Amino acid sequence: MFLEFFKSLQEGKLIGMKCKDCGSYTCPPKQSCNKCSSRNLEKVTMSGRGIVKTYTVTYVAPMGYEKEVPYIVALVELEEGPWIIGRLDVEAKIAEDNDLTEKRVSVFAKEMPGEIFYPLKDKRIVPYFRLEG
Amino acid sequence: MRVAVIGVGMTRFGKHPEKSLVDLFAEAFWEALNDANIELKDIEAVYFGNFVGELTDGSANLSGFVADEIGLKNAPAIRYEGACASSTVAFREAVRAVKAGYHKCVVVGGAEKLLSAGTAIGTRALATAVDGIYEMTAGLTFPGVFALAARYYGKKYEIPLQKLREMIAYVSVKNHRYGAMNPKAQFYGKYGDLKVEDVLNSKMICSPLTLLDCCPMTDGGSAVIIANEKFAKDVCDKPVYVLGTGQASGGSLFRQEDDIIKAIPRKKAAEMAFKEAKITPKDVDFVEVHDCFTIAEIIALEAMGFFDYGTACYATAEGVTSMDGDLPVNPDGGLIGKGHPVGATGTSQIYTAVKQIRGEFKWNQVKNARIAMTDTLGGDFGTLVNVILGVD
Ligand SMILES: [Zn+2]
Repeated sequence: MFLEFFKSLQEGKLIGMKCKDCGSYTCPPKQSCNKCSSRNLEKVTMSGRGIVKTYTVTYVAPMGYEKEVPYIVALVELEEGPWIIGRLDVEAKIAEDNDLTEKRVSVFAKEMPGEIFYPLKDKRIVPYFRLEG
Repeated sequence: MRVAVIGVGMTRFGKHPEKSLVDLFAEAFWEALNDANIELKDIEAVYFGNFVGELTDGSANLSGFVADEIGLKNAPAIRYEGACASSTVAFREAVRAVKAGYHKCVVVGGAEKLLSAGTAIGTRALATAVDGIYEMTAGLTFPGVFALAARYYGKKYEIPLQKLREMIAYVSVKNHRYGAMNPKAQFYGKYGDLKVEDVLNSKMICSPLTLLDCCPMTDGGSAVIIANEKFAKDVCDKPVYVLGTGQASGGSLFRQEDDIIKAIPRKKAAEMAFKEAKITPKDVDFVEVHDCFTIAEIIALEAMGFFDYGTACYATAEGVTSMDGDLPVNPDGGLIGKGHPVGATGTSQIYTAVKQIRGEFKWNQVKNARIAMTDTLGGDFGTLVNVILGVD
């Protein structure tokens, strides 16, 4: 389902799964509920908004990602509950000089070059987080 | 019937561009065979841990080549992959096979060549242990995983980031001090008098973690020979028994949410091992934990039950985990001081545990060491294995 997830994100929609048994959300989609393991799930569009829980400025990148440094990997807690991973869309210096945890963000997609080991060979779709207000 | 370790061996950890993965395993194996004082024909199977031979050396299906190299022609040989825990996964599977009566005596070990592969390939190879789609598209690396955990640890337990960086730096200072004393370590004779400031001021890799918060890339091999209790007693003066093992798994880092600093799979694996060994954390004389990064040692000690969540950093800074503290941690230097040849790391922890329990770890011997626990982590809390070893 990852292709659909990335394609939707490019169209401005963050998709996830809502559990009909326990009511919790799983995002990106998984074939079982991340909380209760139920398969009784329905596809939903998430708000795309959340708060930064933690982040790191990456200065040493793996082969294929060297041109992107420094980049900021972040974990964001969505309004609906699940945590997702992506990149913070701010300058490295701002992320180093300020504590950006607990800041409100919204998610959007950026297209980046693919690399030989990535499942999509021609490009990567990267979830990016934009600081709100 | 119980299972015992009867022989251990490991190569010097460091850079070995002139040796193949098979050579590194074989070198460790000969030492283990000599240590066990048995004959080659006594060994019935090969359990081999390797993570990324495909990427570093263009070889994946290594187990048959490994068995053939040491002369165990046609013996069943299996490669185990559990990222950095590969050879501990192999060890646990081997223990269970011997315990179940399928084998009398087998060898377990591993080999990896990350240093010779270079930083770019090495970093990409290590990153194959994260979620290959969602985490990889963001460019998450292993220092990145623990950098995310470190910042969150500080927030969650209300420790200012700079104060946390100083406290976790003690892990690097301690483990480099012990690594510098260990003739098999990558940093033998180096960094023995490292200071907290050196760690804080070294090159930033993934903030807040610097180069000296990280274990190095390493080439190396390790091997241990295990046997059932009857055979062990026949051939060995001082068998070291496997008292308990535990293993658990976890999914992508982001799906672990608030638990990224609690390492729940490790908590479950450790509880399983303690239950089987019928002991509690306070019965353990010393531990070998997976300190791939400074903060990783802190998280490990808390999840295993040695310290409450949010407190191991204070205990470490106070010296509780040093040789003269209540719980010596990583007397061989750990991954930070000894090196981390991924697939070989797990059985090198077993090597140290056995040598310590026998009283043969003379360059940094834990006094009256009778019960040891090892902890190996594969991926971002994806594969966790704990082993408890001891003597009667
Ligand atoms: Zn559910």
